[in-house]
Order: sequence, then C-alpha cells, then structure tokens
Amino acid sequence: MSAATIFGLCAAAAVGLGLYGLITNPQPLRKILAFNLLGSGVFLLFGVVARRGAAAGFGGDPVPQALVITGIVVAFSATALAVALLLRLFQASGSATLRTPASAGTDPADA
Amino acid sequence: MIPHPAPVLDAATSGGFLLVLAIVVPLASVLLAFAAGGRHVERIALGTMPFGLAIAAAIVVTMRQAGAPLVYLLGGWAPPLGLVLHADGLSAVMMAVTAVVIGAIGVFARADFTTPPGVIEARAPFAFWILLLVIWSALNTVFLAGDLFTLYVALELLTFAAVPLVSLDGRAETLQAALRYLMFALFGSVLYLAGTALLYGAYGTLDIVLLSQRVHAGPATLVAAALMTVGLLAKTALFPLHLWLPPAHAGAPAAGSAVLSALVVKGSFFIVVRLWFDVMPALPGFAATQLLAGLGAAAIVFGSVVALRQERLKLLIAYSTLAQIGYLFLMFPLAFSAGSALLESNGALTGGLLQAISHATAKAAMFMSAGLIYAALGHDRITALGGIARALPMSVLAFALGGIALIGVPPSGAYLAKELLLHAAAGTEQWWWVVVIQVGGIFTSGYLLLVLAHALAPADAPVTLRVPVSRIGEAAALALALCSLLLGLLPWQAYLPVPAGTASNPLTLEALSSALWPLLAGGVVAILLGRWGDRLARVPFAEVAVAWVGPARRAALALGRVLERADGTLRQWPAAGVSLLVVTIALGMAMLAGR
Repeated sequence: MSAATIFGLCAAAAVGLGLYGLITNPQPLRKILAFNLLGSGVFLLFGVVARRGAAAGFGGDPVPQALVITGIVVAFSATALAVALLLRLFQASGSATLRTPASAGTDPADA
Repeated sequence: MIPHPAPVLDAATSGGFLLVLAIVVPLASVLLAFAAGGRHVERIALGTMPFGLAIAAAIVVTMRQAGAPLVYLLGGWAPPLGLVLHADGLSAVMMAVTAVVIGAIGVFARADFTTPPGVIEARAPFAFWILLLVIWSALNTVFLAGDLFTLYVALELLTFAAVPLVSLDGRAETLQAALRYLMFALFGSVLYLAGTALLYGAYGTLDIVLLSQRVHAGPATLVAAALMTVGLLAKTALFPLHLWLPPAHAGAPAAGSAVLSALVVKGSFFIVVRLWFDVMPALPGFAATQLLAGLGAAAIVFGSVVALRQERLKLLIAYSTLAQIGYLFLMFPLAFSAGSALLESNGALTGGLLQAISHATAKAAMFMSAGLIYAALGHDRITALGGIARALPMSVLAFALGGIALIGVPPSGAYLAKELLLHAAAGTEQWWWVVVIQVGGIFTSGYLLLVLAHALAPADAPVTLRVPVSRIGEAAALALALCSLLLGLLPWQAYLPVPAGTASNPLTLEALSSALWPLLAGGVVAILLGRWGDRLARVPFAEVAVAWVGPARRAALALGRVLERADGTLRQWPAAGVSLLVVTIALGMAMLAGR
C-alpha cells in the first residue's frame, strides 16, 4: 500500500467522521469541531493530490499546497466567527442550542 | 451578444483594469472606514457607491464597444499557473444590477443605520456599512473570477459578510439564526471545496476555460460536480436545503433582508450557472437537469403555500424568496439540447438570469417596504394591515409594483424571462415545465393579492404611526420596484443570448391580457389558502360565498397544514443534513445515468 493510498483513506475517514458529527450532533460547539474535522479531511485530500506533480520529476505539485494554506485560513476564520457567535448566543440566552423554535420566528414586538 | 465562455484567456484586454477596480474599490473603502472609524463609516460607504456604479457602468459600456469579454491577468501570469479575472455578458449584467441594488439599499438604510448624534461609534451602523461593502466586493469577485478556487474564496467572503447581517440587533433568536446559517453554509462550502480538490486531482487546473477544454465524464468528475453543485445549493437555499433562510429573515433588519434575499443567494446561484454552463456543459445530461428543476418545482409549491399561510409579512416575503429561488432552477432542463446533449447558452439561460435580476430588484423593494411598514406600525401581522395603504401609500405602492413585476406583468424583466423560458420549453417539447412556470406565476399573484387585500382594506381603528417614515427610504424602494417593472425594455441581446422572435414588444394588448389570467387564478388561490382573519365574513353575500368556497378552502387548508408540518420537519438540522447527502447522491446518480 503506497503512502498516497494511506493518506487518501485517512482523508476519507476524517471526512466521514466529520459528516457524521456535523449532521447528528445537536451541540453547536461539537458541530464546529466536526466541521473542522471534515475540513481537515478535505485538506488532506488536497495534500494527496499534490503528489501528482512527483510524476514529472518534482517532489510534488506546489499549487495544492498554496490552495490548502488558503483553505486553512478560510476555515480558521470561519471557526473564529462561529465560536464568537456561539459565545454571544450563550451570553444572550444562557443556553447554546440550534434547535428551531416552534415557529420560524417570533415577532420581536411580542417578546 | 458577447460570446461566452471567452475563447482564449492568455492576454489582458484593454479595460481589464476596470475588473480589478470593481473588486478593490469597495475593499479599499472598508480599510479606510476601519481607519477613520465612527460616524465617518456611513459617509465613506455612501461615497463609494457612485464610484462602484460608475465602474460597473464603465465595464458594461467598454464591453459593448469592444464586443468581447474583458480579461485581466493578475500579475501578468497566464493560466494554468496564474489567475485570471474575466467579465462576459453574464458578469456585466449581474455587476450592474448589484451596483444598482446596493446603491438603493444604501440610500434606504441611511434612516436605520445612522450613528446617533453625540455617540462616537455605534456598533450596528458601523458593522452594517462595512458588511455591505464587503458583500459588494465579494459579489463582484464571484462574477469576475476565472477559476474555481477564487470562486470558493469569494463565496466564503460573501457568507462571512452575510451572516452577521442576520444578527445585527444582537437578540438571542437572531444570533441563533446567524449560527444556523453559518454552520449550514460552511457545510455547503466544505462540499464545494472537496469537489475542487477532486477536479484538481483529475485535471491539474481549476481555471474555468482550461477545465472546460479538458473535462470528461470520469467518476472523479461526476462526484466533484455533484458535491460542488449541492454545496452551492445549500448556500442558495434551494428546497429542501433551506433550513437557514426563514429564521435568518425573521429577525434581520429590513436592509439586511434585502441584501440577503436579493443579492447573497444570487452569488452561489451564479456559481452554479458558471459550473454547469461554462465548466461542464456536457456533463449533467438530461436526468440531472430534470432533477435540479424538479427541486425547483418543489420549492415553488412548498415556498408559495407556506408563504400564503404566514402570519407575518416579512416571513411571507422570505418564503416567497424560497419559491422564487426554485423558479431560477427551471432554466436548466430548458437549456439542455437533446441533439448535442449539451447545456446550451441559449434563450433559457437568459430567461433564468433575467428572472434572477428581476427578483433581485423586486424583492429588495418588497423587503424595504415591508421594513417601513413594520417600523411605522410596530408589527407586520398581515391580517392587521388594514388602513396602511392610506397611511403609507408610497410604501404599499412600492410593494405592489415589486410584486406585479415578479408576477411577470409586461414590461417587467420577469415577463421577458417567462417569455424566454416558455419559448425554450416549446422548443425542447417539455410541456411539464410550462405548467410549473404558470403555476409559479399564479402562486406569486396569490400572495401579492392576499397582502394587498389586507393593506387596502379600511382600518378598524385609525392607524397611528409609531415613527415618522423616511421619505427617502420610500423613494428608494419605489425606484427599485419601478426598475424591476421596466427591466423588460432594456436591450439585453447585447449581453445575453436572446433568440430572434422572442423579444416581442411587451406593450401590446395581447401581452397585457396574457398577464391577466394568472392574476385571476392567483386571487382564487389567495381566497382558498390565505389567512383572512374576520375579513371574509364582512364581504357582502359572504354566506353564499362561504357555502360555495367552504369545502374547497377546508381541503386547501388541510394541504397547507401538511406542507407546513413537512417544512417544519425539513428545517430541523438532522433532516436538512440528511437531505443534503441524499440530494448529492441523487444528483451523482442522475449524472451517471445521463451519460
């Protein structure tokens, strides 16, 4: 089994675990973590893809590395934004849940 | 028309720097606003708007003169290593519309988001103006980007700027809505990113033009296409992936809702169009286009019926957005040519895009006028709107004109879009989409008439306005509604493919009368499904009418309850997540079957 295959399988496992957590876990913080796991799987996939350039005599294709770094920056900002929203939600309501209220939205005037 | 996709992109064209300006100018203003801070932010944002409009106008005019797409190579590096910005006819019209809508929203929002006198810096206005500029820049990047990874970054920028707009007032419900929106959008963007990784692995490039030359229907490509499409659908809130949309609109400020509904969802929709028409026109095949439009048809029925059952005006408009998003996806099967097995850039594409443009202008106007009504009354319960037409005639007029433009009354843009789609449906012999298109128009008339019937009814008690309504805000809403109503008169064939013979004069008696019967049918739908409070009982001969209509209304209400309950279930997180996976798999299978 080549290194690329092992990395590919690891990426698939991370994506699967992330997907499962993101869909089934009701707690927002765990959803955020699951999103990060899912994202890591995708970045690893990009990393596996980068070995493609090795065929042409290079050590690897540098473009996916650049894409992964950009992707990590984006995922980091997304996580920061999500955690900040979660903290504010906890401060404002005393609980942190994403469960929908009975109606799609209450009239602020009634609240 | 401007040929698209652009043939070869290895050299910058004259006027290419305009594309850079379109992205950089709003972002530069953001930096300036951060540096200046406080009450300068509003002035900087409003001051940027004429420049942005001028840049969009310059791009439109330069393209018309050159008769070719505008191209700019970043740093002079050609693809595959370099990145390219390119503007074709689609980008140009979308950028122009974005500039107009952002400008109108900016003028409208001045009343709500002015830093109060005596305060150095207020959080909500500061955030709003900065987010508005970032959204503008991100949208321009979406319209101009020439490779799939830049599109990913632009899409993320768009989401990150749109999410805080939902929770500007900081109440717990809106924070929760924002978090739901963010998490679901991130789910979508990860799927999109996984698709780009697979495509890069298969073809070694993400440039749109190079990919379109290299792409072939291998397993990796099919999986990538399904993942990317569904990721984008989640961000566009196509049924059944709409869990974030209604709560996001429920608590967002009127200007924020207008931006979200008119522009933000169009960004991801535009990338779907790029992906399917420019990158892989041969890949989807018949079955996948039918599936996509089938989801659109379901969105029209679900969104419209649930919209008619809403108590609040704002949520009615939000669910109407859900239905109108479905309408946008009807163009895919109509653009599919059975002969060449390709998605052709033909009249159906123009129809879909024109529908998006009309929706952007009309829906922004409707959200603005709903916001004004809410501010003036302190509530927006539809059954308690009586007398508002007398108190706020301009706002109600803007709402009505926006709705009329959406129905497709000539000479609106939606009228031209409907003509083009119907023409394409006749050309490709797909009568079932004709039915869906007409049903969509009837439902739209239904909820417009429901709101107007309540708004035009006499008041039970004299209407007292809680706050004076901003005349400038009313004028902005009215201007956008008029803009949507007159869109059909513009020379679209210079930028978009319009087949000969479809762009008939929209001001004939025949065209006007064809718009009349959906209105009548919509009236029936509104009577059967709408919330009427005690209004129906006060109509003369009500007993006779109730005896006639009663059983049909009971049946319609039962259907409405079933759809509302289904909507409630689909908007739960696990159900939405599972639907996301199911749609991905179904789309992949459909593409596999279509080969």
